[in-house]
Amino acid sequence: MKNFVRALLGASALCAAMSPALAETLTIATVNNGDMIRMQKLTDDFKAKNPDIDLEWVTLEENVLRQKVTTDIATKGGQFDVMTIGTYEVPIWGKQGWLVSLNDLPASYDVDDLLPAIRGGLTVDGNLYAAPFYGESSMVMYRKDLMEKAGLEMPDAPTWDFIKEAAAKMTDKDAEIYGICLRGKAGWGENMAFLTAAANSFGAKWFDMDWKPQFDGEAWKNTLSFYVDMMNASGPPGASNNGFNENLALFQQGKCGMWIDATVAASFVTNPADSKVADQVGFALAPDNGLGKRGNWLWAWSLGIPAGSQKVDSAKKFVAWATSKDYLALVAEKEGWANVPPGTRTSLYENPEYAKIPFAKMTIDSINAADPTKPTVDEVPYTGVQFVAIPEFQGLGTAVGQQFSAALAGTTSVDEALANAQNLATREMTKAGYIK
Amino acid sequence: MATAHSRIAARFMLAPAVLMLLCWMIVPLAMTIYFSFLRYNLLMPGMEQWAGFDNYSYFLTDPAFFTALKNTLLLVGGVLLITVIGGTLLALLLDQAMYGQGFVRIMVIAPFFVMPTVSALVWKNMFMNPVNGLFAYMAKAVGLQPFDFLSQAPLASIILIVAWQWLPFAALILLTAMQSLDREQMEAAEMDGAGTFSRFIYIVVPHLTRAVTVVILIQTIFLLSVFAEILVTTNGGPGNASTNITYLVYAQSLLQFDVGGGSAGGIVAVILANIVAIFLMRMIGKNLEA
Amino acid sequence: MARAVSTRHKTIVTILAWSIGFLIFFPILWTVLTSFKTEAEAVASPPSFLNFSWTLENYTEVQSRSNYARHFYNSVVISVGSTLLGLLIAIPAAWSMAFVPTRRTKDILMWMLSTKMLPPVGVLIPIYLIFRDTGLLDSVPGLVVVLTLINLPIIVWMLYTYFKEIPGEILEAARMDGATLWSEIIHVLTPMAVPGIASTLLLNIILAWNEAFWTLNLTAANAAPLTAFIASYSSPEGLFYAKLSAASTMAIAPILIMGWFSQKQLVRGLTFGAVK
Repeated sequence: MKNFVRALLGASALCAAMSPALAETLTIATVNNGDMIRMQKLTDDFKAKNPDIDLEWVTLEENVLRQKVTTDIATKGGQFDVMTIGTYEVPIWGKQGWLVSLNDLPASYDVDDLLPAIRGGLTVDGNLYAAPFYGESSMVMYRKDLMEKAGLEMPDAPTWDFIKEAAAKMTDKDAEIYGICLRGKAGWGENMAFLTAAANSFGAKWFDMDWKPQFDGEAWKNTLSFYVDMMNASGPPGASNNGFNENLALFQQGKCGMWIDATVAASFVTNPADSKVADQVGFALAPDNGLGKRGNWLWAWSLGIPAGSQKVDSAKKFVAWATSKDYLALVAEKEGWANVPPGTRTSLYENPEYAKIPFAKMTIDSINAADPTKPTVDEVPYTGVQFVAIPEFQGLGTAVGQQFSAALAGTTSVDEALANAQNLATREMTKAGYIK
Repeated sequence: MATAHSRIAARFMLAPAVLMLLCWMIVPLAMTIYFSFLRYNLLMPGMEQWAGFDNYSYFLTDPAFFTALKNTLLLVGGVLLITVIGGTLLALLLDQAMYGQGFVRIMVIAPFFVMPTVSALVWKNMFMNPVNGLFAYMAKAVGLQPFDFLSQAPLASIILIVAWQWLPFAALILLTAMQSLDREQMEAAEMDGAGTFSRFIYIVVPHLTRAVTVVILIQTIFLLSVFAEILVTTNGGPGNASTNITYLVYAQSLLQFDVGGGSAGGIVAVILANIVAIFLMRMIGKNLEA
Repeated sequence: MARAVSTRHKTIVTILAWSIGFLIFFPILWTVLTSFKTEAEAVASPPSFLNFSWTLENYTEVQSRSNYARHFYNSVVISVGSTLLGLLIAIPAAWSMAFVPTRRTKDILMWMLSTKMLPPVGVLIPIYLIFRDTGLLDSVPGLVVVLTLINLPIIVWMLYTYFKEIPGEILEAARMDGATLWSEIIHVLTPMAVPGIASTLLLNIILAWNEAFWTLNLTAANAAPLTAFIASYSSPEGLFYAKLSAASTMAIAPILIMGWFSQKQLVRGLTFGAVK
């Protein structure tokens, strides 16, 4: 038995070490969203151009991915050569010097073609630390037929009051039609992504210039009571546990009148194979309150190279390939324009072919309407639209999210939830040393 | 029977297991204790400094801490209650003669093989969802208002999901114990006119005590660290209604990457787990005497 | 079973047991059914049970996206390897505790079980640092060691309770015949304990197969088992239930089939010596 175990261990060690000795192998950690999966399938093109580089994919669900790459980069574990990270990680990691600067990508990459809002979110102190693979904002997706039935017309740039009125008129609970579907599941990337972005348009902010939490202010109270009132009157049951996918399913079943969420959802809800309402979907900018900020967020899944990687040159070749204009053309040719990774390059939106996609214009307008370097009405010490780019935010955002989901579920009042959030945030910020 | 020689040999044979576990326990534990006294965020290297008991006082005064403690105990207690009672009934049923016993048994064991994340996703989206779920569909079919499980009764729903996973384990251990029951004793009792119920109380139940002890002990160890099910279904919400201690530690160490706070939370969790264990030992440990 | 059972009674019991068994099994059956639906049908309301258009597209998709064979191979090596290594260490330890007990034996046993109470989320960082320094990150041997350690307390305990039931006189008789300690263990004790060892083995393979925290967090590409394979199918962006169901079915099926064929042995082992 002993020998058998030894043989087994030996064999497995051998297998682990058996990666080809000739070609260099890049290990790429990526999130399992549709656009990345597509990239994985198109790697033959990269292989043809770079026969000496092998690609090894580690595709994971978003939360698991984030947990793994953060642990790895912070401990310098060195398991990955290219990491897929978001606009939340890049400023924090860039500041620590954990990422390789991408300022020296070849001229053919045309870095000036990247959308300014996205590029700004990925740049720290003049260094581009990650190349955007696809970018997204949030916008209103609505049912044209239901809107017509309600006797209303959706403007291109609606106000929150209009959304609330329309939601109430579209709702028909007996027919299981709910005027508005919004995220409610607790989490910094779930309900707090929506609520933080929405709060910006209500003039609210997480912290003032002294890093003091602002949940005791009028602006947050307006945001949260508006959200809770509207969802109670016109939202689906169980909203306090709905995330992106739950809402997507509801909308595709024809049960939502409006849904404010990521722009990437547009291609899912207009795809007749999955969506019962594919031909009835209209788009509009995320709502505002006339205060100069709209309630939409900005996110870009991007490719970064950990500092200390032994394979920086090959990794750069890969990053440049995956985020290039040629790659967009390659996807368009193989899978059609609707499946091109959106939201990264100006040239894509100038392309007349791409302009025929129904949601192309609204996506770019939404992205341009967000400014991660100046997200709020008042001045704030942080960057990030639907998040605060500090390491403490994931935990704090989730804890506050729990309070807000309780307000939505009706287990606490809006005032109580805000008071709890204020206490939580003050505690955490004191502990982390922001509040002296 | 033990000679001096065999006694020494016995020490040597015990040694590898003890030493390995000692290393496995001591090394990370020592590191964790050390980290728990530091202000140490993984995302801000080079800023580590001695923090004294700060991490502990923050963890213990967290407003969610007592709710989490209560939820942890409710979760463990609730699942134990369901699995022990349900397991006993199931074992009684499976112990009867029937057609296709092997097939029924494999159907009953099956949930034990399912990974927690998968079962949580399946339950949340395909069964408990108040609009698209099967339960909602059945409620609507008989004209009832669908119940919103994860918002109105988050902890109870999670208990249900976890209990489903552990019911097979309890049922099987209890079934095995039941099958070893002395049939003649049962028949004798039957002849003496004891009814089904009193036979169950006076013969079956005492016989099962040891098996129940084992079920409680093993399950408690696993249930104290339930976490994937919560992450997938409610993220600990609404409010703190479904946050347990493990989830709090997770938020500290893998969301904030606050190694200091997470370590302090981990140490608190170990201490609490050991208190529960000692308590359990006191209550039922004597049943384990061979 | 000596008692004669009336056919009527047996029929009633059969119907009852089958219905309850079916209820318990239903979520898994539902997962399997969902794996044959399209993503749109998977969330359709009202849900369809059998009258949907069956499709294999999820399986083709899963097949084309991930290297199932490698994940499967890793799962097998890790779960079997860690169980065998665990048995190798646990058999002498359990022997020693069962036949040469001291006052501390029970304490040691309880202490071993309490090592399982360390919440993994709290000690990931220390372990990760150790693994990085020893070069064990993303390696199959590294995972074998971790899973061995995690399950060792349970293995020792199960074997201990088994060995306790073997009468000491038999060992003594063997010793009279001049057997050495090792041959005593190998030729006398082990054969008698085969059923117990077999079921310990099975239970631990199951536990190791489903372990989803360490296997997920300490691996990248090379050593990732089926738990990592599953983690690439639940997506926060875009519908995924059908594909997840297909991936789950593929991940559960091997262990379910193994359980099916070995359920008799498994059931015997699950006693933990609880039967007296």
